[in-house]
Amino acid sequence: MNHPTGISEIFETMEYGPAPEAEQPALEWITRHGGEFGLYVGGRWVKGQDGRGFDVINPATRAKLARVVQAGPADVSAAVAAARAALPGWAALPGHARARHLYALARAVQKHARLLAVLESLDNGKSIRETRDIDIPLVARHFYHHAGWAQLLETEFAGHGPAGVVGQIIPWNFPLLMVAWKVAPALAAGCTVVLKPAEFTPLTALAFAELAHEAGLPAGVLNVITGDGESGKLLVDHPDVDKIAFTGSTEVGRHIRQATAGTGKKLSLELGGKSPFIVFEDADLDSVVEGVVDAIWFNQGQVCCAGSRLLVQEGVAAPLIGKLRARMEKLRVGSPLDKAVDMGAIVAPVQLERIRGLVEKGVEEGAQMWQPSWACPTDGYFYPPTLFTDVSPSATIAQVEIFGPVLVSMTFRTPAEAVALANNTPFGLAASVWTENINLALDIAPKIKAGVVWVNCTNLFDAAAGFGGYRESGFGREGGREGMWEYLKPEWETANAERGTRNEPAATVPRSEVPVPRSGQLPDIDRTPKLFIGGKQVRPDQTYSRRIVGPDGRVVGEVGEGNRKDVRNAVEAAHAAAGWAQATGHLRAQVLYYIAENLAPRSAEFAARLDAMIGGGVDAGRREVDAAIARLFTYAAWADKWDGAVHHTPVRGVTLAMNEPIGVVGVACPAEAPLLGFVSLVAPLVATGNTVVAIPSEAAPLAATDFYAVLETSDLPAGVINILTGSTDALAQVLAEHLDVDGVWYFGGSAGRAVEAASAGNMKRTWVEPHRRDWLDPRQGEGREFLRHATQVKNIWIPYGE
Amino acid sequence: MPTTRDRTAGERVAAPIAAPAARMPVVPGERGVEVHRRPPRNPGGPLDLDWALAVRVNRSAVERRAATLPTRRTVKKQWQAAWLLRAISCMDLTTLQGDDTPGNVRRLCAKARRPIRDDLVEALGVGHLGITVGAVCVYHQLVPVAVEALAGSGIPVAAVSTGFPAGLNPFRQRLEEMRASLEAGAREIDVVITRGHVLTGAWEALHEEVRAFREACGDACLKVILGTGELATLTNVARASRVAMLAGADFIKTSTGKESVNATLPVGVVMVRQIREFHERSGVAVGFKPAGGIRAAKQALEYLYLMKEELGHPWLRPALLRLGASALLTDIERQLEHFATGRYSAAYRHPMP
Repeated sequence: MNHPTGISEIFETMEYGPAPEAEQPALEWITRHGGEFGLYVGGRWVKGQDGRGFDVINPATRAKLARVVQAGPADVSAAVAAARAALPGWAALPGHARARHLYALARAVQKHARLLAVLESLDNGKSIRETRDIDIPLVARHFYHHAGWAQLLETEFAGHGPAGVVGQIIPWNFPLLMVAWKVAPALAAGCTVVLKPAEFTPLTALAFAELAHEAGLPAGVLNVITGDGESGKLLVDHPDVDKIAFTGSTEVGRHIRQATAGTGKKLSLELGGKSPFIVFEDADLDSVVEGVVDAIWFNQGQVCCAGSRLLVQEGVAAPLIGKLRARMEKLRVGSPLDKAVDMGAIVAPVQLERIRGLVEKGVEEGAQMWQPSWACPTDGYFYPPTLFTDVSPSATIAQVEIFGPVLVSMTFRTPAEAVALANNTPFGLAASVWTENINLALDIAPKIKAGVVWVNCTNLFDAAAGFGGYRESGFGREGGREGMWEYLKPEWETANAERGTRNEPAATVPRSEVPVPRSGQLPDIDRTPKLFIGGKQVRPDQTYSRRIVGPDGRVVGEVGEGNRKDVRNAVEAAHAAAGWAQATGHLRAQVLYYIAENLAPRSAEFAARLDAMIGGGVDAGRREVDAAIARLFTYAAWADKWDGAVHHTPVRGVTLAMNEPIGVVGVACPAEAPLLGFVSLVAPLVATGNTVVAIPSEAAPLAATDFYAVLETSDLPAGVINILTGSTDALAQVLAEHLDVDGVWYFGGSAGRAVEAASAGNMKRTWVEPHRRDWLDPRQGEGREFLRHATQVKNIWIPYGE
Repeated sequence: MPTTRDRTAGERVAAPIAAPAARMPVVPGERGVEVHRRPPRNPGGPLDLDWALAVRVNRSAVERRAATLPTRRTVKKQWQAAWLLRAISCMDLTTLQGDDTPGNVRRLCAKARRPIRDDLVEALGVGHLGITVGAVCVYHQLVPVAVEALAGSGIPVAAVSTGFPAGLNPFRQRLEEMRASLEAGAREIDVVITRGHVLTGAWEALHEEVRAFREACGDACLKVILGTGELATLTNVARASRVAMLAGADFIKTSTGKESVNATLPVGVVMVRQIREFHERSGVAVGFKPAGGIRAAKQALEYLYLMKEELGHPWLRPALLRLGASALLTDIERQLEHFATGRYSAAYRHPMP
């Protein structure tokens, strides 16, 4: 570079000069380890058992930084075994003791903040400004915050224990921050961890392991193994892991969903995004420009929640694009360790090639590409900030995640069109909304399908606020109270045995047991129920019927045999009823109370029906009906009380954690408790604003079909509850595969694996319950656990101040 | 007029102005006009209220920009030294105390001529630049003293007129005071607006007030003080900036230095963005003067980053940037000595103003 170096010349040119952060302390740290790192397993540094390894490269210089191990099957097993061995002791510690450990980790990070910041910059290529001012402070903050949750765990999460041994796989874009997001809540909850950092960026995770060791974290509580996706797969597939937490691409997330299907492993996924950045005409456009800089030219655009789709109201598009280009001219790309650059290097050649390829594709497809006049350094993997205009929603660059400093822009005419464009994506991670009109901002934020919405800001993160996606951006939250649930499970679960196959084949019924009207008597009036779709009783698509047999082998009735077209119709009806989500909690409560009111006078009839179907006597049936009525009351009570929260994030403003319905949810009800099981699953979904396609107990569906008449007299809007009888597993499979179904609850039975595997199609939320519940016990049969599954948390950041 | 103007707001640096630097790979080039000497003056014009009131300012976003500007940019070593010298050349060295006398004003003027110790000038190798401060700023009564003390230096004297700092004297008196300052030899006038006009939305009144100042100040450079610490909101700051520029301000200035809150970076961000808008709209480059509370060299650098990033190189010259300060110079001298010697310096080692 040809800098003028004399003071007089600089006095005239007023150019910036180099401002390098020293790399020596970090390089010396690597040297002290001989330039090679083992795996941190069971509190010791161990060599890889099959001797494989790979080099870690500085993407800004292409220089080798260190060599690390490629963990193989024996290494992964050793790490999982170490975590398993450490689990009882760690889980048994009082919350305060774990809080002390987490506090020590926070302090250790702060004490070595600069070393970690420099190391991160060297390893990843991100600017020292970001590692120093954003990544590392957030890491410390995350451990402090979760030291607090450890302290409060016994009281705030009473009745819950750790999920167990957790396998955590993290990406390369925020290497140490992702360590914190994963490790802190897991350790706070009492879980033990096997962590695999990304192969491009393992160094800060290893440094963190060293700090944790020095801070006295017990052996085996945290294990760090290095390696590529192959090592990650070994961890995912390991049978002794209780939960997998993954942050990375949607593609890999899908594989993990399929691989863990049916294993009973808990799963949280934080995946890709194509987040909209919506600018209304009354926004502060100069601030919008800086917002865009923070959205897409933060971390070289390698941010899962990057605001990569700029949606601008047509009237201000031209001035905004002009301002953006002027701003882009002023961005500085260069050595990540230079304290005065805006962007560093892309993490690896493969990523650089991907960005280049997609940009070329964008140009080929006819969009206007613009880059600043200056050129990037050529000694590392650099890519300039890039802006596309004249982009149509159908363009490749408007649809796929580029994961680079490339912004695509589109215009909209009305707020409704902005929402439509924003939601026109399979992803749903984050969104930014820019307007000076609070009415508009707070109207738009709930309409966007995204786990995080930033109003007049972008890419703000804090340990106190949950972060995570809707749709194919994954599920589960990290941060805040909502994030803690990912690492906890109810204590009763451990006590209950796993349920066996639910749908025992019905005994073959001798034809002679079918009640035949005696000659000379009038035949009974046939009461074969149809399906309940869109508020109407409709015939199945194909007119087959299924015989329902009582415990004594007598036929007690027949139901329609629903098929995939019936599922399709029911899902469409459920979507048509989406307005239910906007109904007030009070109104939803009124409907649920009304259902209970209409059920109560028919208690005797329902009790007799239950007895006929499953036996046990009329009294038992009566108890179940009474419990169902009480349960309806429970969720009517909850309908206007399932409040969100205002999180304490470090901004002048509010961060609203809103509980939003999942959407259209398919429910496969348990075989036992044909009425109470149905009500226990459908009522919390309906109370929270979802619409439901329910498959009642396959063996004993008549209580649910009798329920049509109760629903029809209870002011329930058409389509909110749809009921399909037939083969539970066949119908559940269609629901799980349906790309316009947002969630599936599958209670028991043998198709849990298939449901979870099929759900990967659109990454719908699944709740597959392998444990038999005592539905009459309110601790197992109702409450917050159900409401949490029925909703997803959207965090809306609203800074204020005039 | 050209001669006067040269002495008023333009460059007084003896050396020829270098051509813009060749573009370097990582350093973006310039946007906007290439104004190296002095821009055409702002003639002012009618009040375009639609434009003035259309501005939107999001405070939280502006504060984030202000907070990250100094973390995104820094200058080290000779770059820092050169930038600090630039800050000196853009400094309105100021004394505005009730107890000002001819004695301390003469002392200030002497410092203005030789802002840096000779041995440091030599060590930095910048003797040929003939660096002085941008102007000396005093109360009306002391203008003649300053004019005399600065005779032959080319350093203009700026007077705070018009009932400084409240600006609530009778209007006619304020204009008379301004004319008296000009007659006494002031070449720049720092005037305060009636903050009440902003707070009550009396934009026409504000526009007329500044128009009148503009007419009364003749050839002198008009710096309009908004008193931002008393304008309540950043939106008001933006609107007042726009109205003042529409009315013909040559500079818009943050504060008198007497408000409880003076120049802040967020206010600076808002004001320079209005300058940019006005320039794009009218082609006229208006200057910026933060004043009050700028005591540390680091703060001065932050304002230079602000100008370079939000406006561009022309706004890094005294024609379009002034830093109103009194104690700042000493801190800059200490930093320069540190650069020259490698040792941290003490204030007493530098001649006091």
